[in-house]
Amino acid sequence: MNDLIRQSAATLAGAIARKEVSSEEVTRAHLDRISQVDERVHAFLYVDPEASIARAREVDQQIAKGELSSPLAGVPIALKDLVATKGVPTTCGSRILSGWRPPYSATIVNKLHAAGVVSLGKTNMDEFAMGSSTEHSGYGPTHNPWDLDRIPGGSGGGSAAAIASFEAPLAIGTDTGGSIRQPAAVTGTVGVKPTYGGVSRYGIVALASSLDQAGPCARDVMDTAILHSVIAGHDPRDSTSINAPVPDFVAAALSADIRGMKVGVIKELQGEGFQPGVLQRFKQSLEILTELGAEIVEVSCPHFQYALGAYYLILPSEASSNLARFDGMRFGIRVDDGNDRSVEQVMSATREEGFGAEVKRRIMLGTYALSSGYYDAYYGQAQRIRTLITRDFEAAFTEVDVLVSPTSPTTAFKIGEKLDDPLAMYLNDIATIPVNLAGNCAMSLPIGLAPEDGLPVGLQIIAPAMADSLLYRVGSALESALVDRWGGLLISEAPSL
Amino acid sequence: MTTEYNAVITEFDPIIGLETHIELGTNSKMFCSCSAQFGGEPNTFVCPVCLGMPGSMPVVNRVAVESTIRMGLALNCSIVPWCRFARKNYFYPDMPKNYQISQYDEPLCINGYLDVTVATENGPQVFRVEIERVHMEEDTGKLLHAGGAGRIHGATHSLVDYNRAGIPLIEVVTKPILGTGDLAPEVAKAYVAELRDLMRALGVSDVRMEEGSLRCDVNVSLSRPGEEWGTRTETKNVNSLRSVERAVRTEMIRQADRLRSGERIIQETRHFNEETGDTTSGRSKEQAEDYRYFPEPDLVPIAPSEAWIEELRGTLPEIPSVRRARLQIDWGISDFDMQSLVNAGALDLIVASIDAGVQPAAARKWWTGELTRVANERNCELEELTVSPSDIAEIEGLISAGDLTDKMARSVFEGLLAGEGSVSQIVSQRGLVVVSDDASLIAAITAALADSPDIAEKIQGGKIAAAGSIVGAVMKATQGQADAAKVRTLLLEQLGVKE
Amino acid sequence: MTDTSANGIDQNLVVHLGKLARLELTDVEVEHYTLQLEQILGAIASISEVAAADIPPTSHPIPLENVYREDIAIPGLLHEDFVPGAPSFEDDRFRVPRILGESA
Repeated sequence: MNDLIRQSAATLAGAIARKEVSSEEVTRAHLDRISQVDERVHAFLYVDPEASIARAREVDQQIAKGELSSPLAGVPIALKDLVATKGVPTTCGSRILSGWRPPYSATIVNKLHAAGVVSLGKTNMDEFAMGSSTEHSGYGPTHNPWDLDRIPGGSGGGSAAAIASFEAPLAIGTDTGGSIRQPAAVTGTVGVKPTYGGVSRYGIVALASSLDQAGPCARDVMDTAILHSVIAGHDPRDSTSINAPVPDFVAAALSADIRGMKVGVIKELQGEGFQPGVLQRFKQSLEILTELGAEIVEVSCPHFQYALGAYYLILPSEASSNLARFDGMRFGIRVDDGNDRSVEQVMSATREEGFGAEVKRRIMLGTYALSSGYYDAYYGQAQRIRTLITRDFEAAFTEVDVLVSPTSPTTAFKIGEKLDDPLAMYLNDIATIPVNLAGNCAMSLPIGLAPEDGLPVGLQIIAPAMADSLLYRVGSALESALVDRWGGLLISEAPSL
Repeated sequence: MTTEYNAVITEFDPIIGLETHIELGTNSKMFCSCSAQFGGEPNTFVCPVCLGMPGSMPVVNRVAVESTIRMGLALNCSIVPWCRFARKNYFYPDMPKNYQISQYDEPLCINGYLDVTVATENGPQVFRVEIERVHMEEDTGKLLHAGGAGRIHGATHSLVDYNRAGIPLIEVVTKPILGTGDLAPEVAKAYVAELRDLMRALGVSDVRMEEGSLRCDVNVSLSRPGEEWGTRTETKNVNSLRSVERAVRTEMIRQADRLRSGERIIQETRHFNEETGDTTSGRSKEQAEDYRYFPEPDLVPIAPSEAWIEELRGTLPEIPSVRRARLQIDWGISDFDMQSLVNAGALDLIVASIDAGVQPAAARKWWTGELTRVANERNCELEELTVSPSDIAEIEGLISAGDLTDKMARSVFEGLLAGEGSVSQIVSQRGLVVVSDDASLIAAITAALADSPDIAEKIQGGKIAAAGSIVGAVMKATQGQADAAKVRTLLLEQLGVKE
Repeated sequence: MTDTSANGIDQNLVVHLGKLARLELTDVEVEHYTLQLEQILGAIASISEVAAADIPPTSHPIPLENVYREDIAIPGLLHEDFVPGAPSFEDDRFRVPRILGESA
């Protein structure tokens, strides 16, 4: 098989299963690609080629003995660096965890292992997943393969860039306010935020516990469906995990029939603040959906205007508490000048030095929002707005089957452009945040390049909670229509690096 | 000048309140599957969850919830239909996550009561202690302070063992207890004892007080009759029944001293010194920590169904006060005797001894007599003595088989209390053998008669009571290891006297 | 010191929050965060416009209840699993610097 790195995960898995190619060969091809381009892209924080190859050989042997039957056996994957992986450095993009190797693995890592998926390494991210550009990594930014001067989105910019630069066919991301979808949009790849509770959070370092959800990243819809089905399912170690059978996402992606489906366009998520080229591609996609037999309906979600405010209270509040454990006492770095400092001083110095500016900013904000006298006005009010946003969704889903919007208001911006303007940075997530607040599922998939800058634009499909299959049905219908027009995936237009 | 306790009471009314934390006796911890056993080598009952490792998540122990509901039911509480855990945020190195998962404004059980009985000069008096709430939380790790005589102040560093971190605790909080007057210290003690007995009766905890599995925070305030409630202090970590009583008493006296000299009481936490019985000032509550409570987002609500609650209600055992009434009738003892053995902490030990085969009267005799005296001398609880109900059963067995005299039994108790080993070890080490072979006894009798020929005559002359002095001499000669009744029989036989 | 804003944000509060959050903030950071917290809170102030007093709060996006674990103890980690990642470990225990304050 030629050009292993440009194949889809499904294609690779098929070839490996038929023994046309070994997992070792596929893994080596990706490791070679990483060594060729990652100096420029900086998608990875950690790669251990020997361990990956050893694992690939092990999987090859299991396949040879017929011990493995999984839809992804032998296929390599990149893991966002907040997925705890036993014995493998897991830093969450933070200096405070520099060198820390967890003594246990996340549930999804165990699932991937059982499915014979081979890890290539850990990908870069905004520190503790706080950011929309991966510039807030404690280890330097990741570059967008479409234009190395631009951001790859965030927080999961490393995972998206790894896929977009053909360093990995699959990646795991996490999405608290858009960290899978927005990077997918600006790198021309596909990313899915599953229904809250659909994929175990155990072992995924928490940013905001009530918003976080891990999900699949890939170059096409079918690959995300396959990866999603491998990582999904109830986990007794995660109390918030949904105890229900996992739907057949692959069958949904195969059906790709949306005739008679009602697709809602959210009135509040278009127009002001959205780049013209983004809106232009979005409108074209609506036309394609109509051609495919769907009915487009405009719906209003009046409380979405408050989503950003609610989000930037709930997230920092939960994060300020979740990140309290990083104090230099049990794991990670400790900053102690040896001058008989007290535990209070050492904790404060460790956190001051170990955390970056954005993390500290949000910890301060969350500490404020939870403190006595402010709780009800901020955290309490945000939770009530969360209810109103959920009700907006519920009302909309009585009228339509799925909702659509542009994933991100703009295409990839320049590295450094918004770094000193937190508010401008926060606006990147305006369309993705409501989904996390309500716990629904959503997908971003590429719908073309913005005429003004030639950069990828993503479309977001939103489905009700537990109806993730709808994302795959609509997503693959739209994708195949676009691929027919383009003669291939959008990603094949990307510079070859 | 320290105020006398009696003077405190003539001038002030005390209001007390108790917050009691008790470790539940579950197999595993509150939120993870690590063993909840006491002891264990440091940091061996730990996992990513109770070490607060990044990414780990809590899952609630079903039995901990059931134990709390059963405790709530036994305390006559309402079980709420829906409640949540909250995070209490503060940094401290014994707390791995730097937040404690607790219940804040949504406790599982609310509004109950517990009746406690206190002995007074006028007989037993019953006080109803109202319960505000019963909730669940997790314990913290254990700190060892190094280089400062083991105390936090002056230590150069501390060492942390997280085996205890995450052990389930229930916290029982009373409403302010009014109207106890001079009995406030006794009511506080009786309440904690009753709570302990209830937990044991329910089987939700064996309440090993010597291991620190019950910890009390004691609130005390004083006010002059007719005035508003005074400012209260909270004395933390009072860990035994005796200390609860002492802490209330010394704090009442201290506050009275201040109030009488025109000073005000500062709202603060205080520490109880087990050795001196004093309380000393801790952190001022006026700059209260801001715990930033919010609902724990990693856990889902607890919503006990009616059916579940009723099922648990069906598992409640006889409650201690009912059981005491029953035992009092069974044993045929007075209110006063019952109350004093309860106060001595002897009830469960007596019942356990009876269960082990000891006659009720004998069991009461040992526990309320000799052993209570030693416990008082040592300033400890009866159950902390190194004598167990099975030891008593063994000793009683030896007595009734004629292998041990009463006097020798006392010697065995001495040995047990001195930690000399098991009953059989002590018996053999101390050479406690009843001299029962007739030949050596007859030899000793002959010798004694030879020393006092006049007494032999008296006995033979019909003054059988005079036999006592010969028996005494024989007992002395055998160092108490003879059976006195047998000596007497042999003596009379030898002298040819019939009773 | 800056004036206290409508949100109560001033440098004193920021210093206090830094202490609560165990962040040893520099003077420059205190100045920065005072300004930025004020800006961010200003930008999201609109949430208080929504009359939501009668709206129940959502703390979990997917409403689940009564999720429990059975009370079975299983062996945990070995020292070799976590001691290499600990900043300081002595006598089988985590070593921490001297503690000034008391526990809660």
